[in-house]
Amino acid sequence: MPILSKDDAQTILKKVLSFSTADECEVSLNGQIGGNVRSARNTISTAGATDNVSLAVESRFGKRSGVATCNEFDEATLRRCVQRAEEIAKLAPESPEYMPLLGAQQYQDNSKAFAAATAAIDPDFRARQMGASTALCDQKKVSSAGFLVDSAGFLAKRNSKGLEAYQQFTNLEFSVTVRTPDGTGSGYAAADYTDASKFDAARLTRVAAEKASSSMKARAIEPGKYTVILEPNALVSNVDTSLMAALMGSFDARNADEGRSFLSKKGGGNRKGEKLFDERVTIYSDPTNAEIPSLMFSGDGRPQKRVTWIEKGVVKNLYSSRYWAQKAAIPDLPRPGGWIMEGGTQSTADLIKGTAKGILVTRLWYIRPVDPQTLLYTGLTRDGTYYIENGQIKFPVKNFRFNESPIIMLNNLEAIGKPVRLGGNLVPPLKIRDFTFTSLSDAV
Amino acid sequence: MKRRDFVGLTGLAAGGLLLPSLPGFSYTAVDPARLLEPGADVIVKKRLADAALNAAKTAGASYADVRIGRSLNQYVFTREKQVQNIVSTESYGVGIRVLVDGCWGFASTSVVTDANLAATARAAVDIAKANRKVMKEPVQLAAQKGYGEVSWKTPIQQSAFEVPVKQKVDLLLAANAAALDAGANYINSGLFQVNEQKYFASTDGSYIDQDVHRLWPTFSATAVDTKSGKFRSRESLSAPVGLGYEYLTPNTAEQVRGPQGTDTIGYKLRYDMLADAALAGKQAKAKLTMKSVTPGKYDLVLDPGHLGLTIHESVGHPTELDRVLGYEANFAGTSFATLEWKAKNLPYGSKEVNIVADKLQPGSVGNVGYDDEGVKTREWDIIKDGKLVNYQKIRDQAHIVGQKESDGCAYAQSWEDVQFQRMPNISLRPGKAKMSPDEMVKGVDKGIYIAGAGSFSIDQQRFNFQFGGQLFFAIEKGKITEPLEDVAYQSNTQEFWGACAGSCDQSDYRLFGTFFDGKGQPSQVSSVSHGSATTRFNGVNVINTARKV
Repeated sequence: MPILSKDDAQTILKKVLSFSTADECEVSLNGQIGGNVRSARNTISTAGATDNVSLAVESRFGKRSGVATCNEFDEATLRRCVQRAEEIAKLAPESPEYMPLLGAQQYQDNSKAFAAATAAIDPDFRARQMGASTALCDQKKVSSAGFLVDSAGFLAKRNSKGLEAYQQFTNLEFSVTVRTPDGTGSGYAAADYTDASKFDAARLTRVAAEKASSSMKARAIEPGKYTVILEPNALVSNVDTSLMAALMGSFDARNADEGRSFLSKKGGGNRKGEKLFDERVTIYSDPTNAEIPSLMFSGDGRPQKRVTWIEKGVVKNLYSSRYWAQKAAIPDLPRPGGWIMEGGTQSTADLIKGTAKGILVTRLWYIRPVDPQTLLYTGLTRDGTYYIENGQIKFPVKNFRFNESPIIMLNNLEAIGKPVRLGGNLVPPLKIRDFTFTSLSDAV
Repeated sequence: MKRRDFVGLTGLAAGGLLLPSLPGFSYTAVDPARLLEPGADVIVKKRLADAALNAAKTAGASYADVRIGRSLNQYVFTREKQVQNIVSTESYGVGIRVLVDGCWGFASTSVVTDANLAATARAAVDIAKANRKVMKEPVQLAAQKGYGEVSWKTPIQQSAFEVPVKQKVDLLLAANAAALDAGANYINSGLFQVNEQKYFASTDGSYIDQDVHRLWPTFSATAVDTKSGKFRSRESLSAPVGLGYEYLTPNTAEQVRGPQGTDTIGYKLRYDMLADAALAGKQAKAKLTMKSVTPGKYDLVLDPGHLGLTIHESVGHPTELDRVLGYEANFAGTSFATLEWKAKNLPYGSKEVNIVADKLQPGSVGNVGYDDEGVKTREWDIIKDGKLVNYQKIRDQAHIVGQKESDGCAYAQSWEDVQFQRMPNISLRPGKAKMSPDEMVKGVDKGIYIAGAGSFSIDQQRFNFQFGGQLFFAIEKGKITEPLEDVAYQSNTQEFWGACAGSCDQSDYRLFGTFFDGKGQPSQVSSVSHGSATTRFNGVNVINTARKV
């Protein structure tokens, strides 16, 4: 099924709602087309395509709720789906956290979230881009493994209280790991786009290949506390937990109020309003940002707006469920789709130039929580780690394991570079002092 | 919706229960009663499979396999005194894989008719032909004899789907109450129930009907000291199992007491959720005031519910042949245990280390009769007397190490995903000499006993790792002295297994596992168990993870 227009989607949703006999009913239609291609050892290993539309019906009787889904849209199937949701709802226990469905909402237009070039991607485009990546690696006599995945879709919602929402979106993600034939060098590059016309697999592969050759035959230096320059891939990841995602993922008001978050206050309540980070740290979300346009509404229909989460090091807002916002009498803010960390104008190269002694980190990997109390995380450097002296990269160094908290990290801030898009966020390279490496790894 | 959202359930392993969002596209939310309705009859499935196999052969495939899959899932989630979510889902469809001139092609469909399966088979052939243009290494498929029409079912006593939802909710709420009464302030609990009805047919002449059941009850209890602002959690010590609802009927014969002084209980093939939740509530509260560990070298005595994760990361993953060869380089990584490394015959561990792969252990989540490319499952050695002797392989990898047959560890998370090499159960054989955990502790001068899995991280070639746990106890001069907090150990795979000083005997053997081992791009999850008995490792580096923020 193609990407449905607003009118076509709402026509289906209106019809589904007309079958409802519940106290409240909300219906969502989510459709996506797209595909992927994967390579290893400089050749395409697998490829796939998806084309799906799914309807979800949530029916409510009093405080009881039931959800049913279907992916066929003839009248009989739609009727059965509504009926099933109602049957499930009647059997469900009452929710003590029941909130009535939202009524009509105002959403800003955000057509920038959809790019025709991405929606038009075909298997040839994927094969051509991946082919350019593997050909470059053949030519450079290095070995690559990469992944390209793209999607174009729409989300539409409608409910019995008058809420009506619709938005189209596109996304493309690419990542590539390049290794030298002797196994002593490895490099990585990754990027994501709303508009596929900005994407060039060969350009990114060249970056990874350069990292691979420049990281060969790394020297071991003692673990300990170092000044580090963390490239964006070391702060955010498309495929793994990351230090910045861990930080932004912990801004939940309920966890903080319940005493089980680093944002919990001794004696009760939360630390909103406290200065917890360096004063140069400002992080906000804005779904209309041209670089990272995202959905204008959250899963439950709340509008996504520009929200400042950290301003000059001070915690300004926490997100929550609608239930918790009402109970705690706080601003009703949904979790954002992507966030923006304000930065400066310096590139990673500029940050290196200004560093007397330090470590350049391309990427951090296998990042896992160690202590939620302090947001302590562990993980390792990967795919290009270098020793910097007097403003220059001197030699590659062996990978380290780190044990560090993004809270401590954002207090030990030395410099902020220019933000770039990664994982749907805008994240700058950061220069951090006293970053804690606890052991060495032989991994390449 | 991205598969990642569904796979977001892996957050479980990371320390907290996350609610699943709506199931993925191919899953429809259904009434729980639907989970008890039978799927298509084998006669119908054979006819459908033949339609696809014939079409594939006619279109030029030298080999084809068809997987007709019906996946049924039910997840129940609660917190404290309330139900958060009950989700029942069904997914039904067919995946067809073909080999054309040494090149794989794959296509899947949810429209299960003879005509459409034939069309899907032809689409898979077209994809293989397109991929052929860029092929560099033609597939060499290990021969596999057809088994004819056979079937296999997980040996269960009671399907979890036959148990009324209310009974399951009542159990979880009772466990929550037990934890809250014992000292926890919060608890999230969940029950994952899975039934994979899989029909496999191939041009080799196999028609394999399997009915696979898995279950995982789990929780995370948290205690908060508002005054100090401190909070600590203790997660359940259950394991995901290849069993029916009978796993939740407590049986003292299936329980193993931890060493004297630890107040811990490990579980074999029956679990006492209420008792574990009560202990968890008490222990979460006690963790708020436990002594923080002094970093240094310690002899570690590791409970099977903890050691399973270390085995998974440091032996399971590095011995996957596709990782070794570079196929996972861009995501999970590669492996130090390359073919060249193996040829050097260097020690992987001490002579005490004997690690076996299998998909046969009763109660394990890896247990099936046949894998997803029609190979009868088996057991084989991975590490023998400390030396790496073999890898994990599927049909198109066997020739790489000069093996004539597959090991039978191909798996796809659903009919719509292509099968590839996935980790079978990887287990440490118990010690041959009689030894209990108490006797093991007696021999330790300065050590730490660790129960339950916690934080975990390992590099992309599986050298350097760091593991936490749920419960830690100091051992001094052969005795458990006091509980500890803020413990994690850092080591290197070969150094760690080289420091293995032996395991307790078979009577202490238990399974650890997960439903959510992730691999591949797009990522697929797989279920795996790891068995071991309590095992000792000498002189391991322990760090203190407490920080001030």
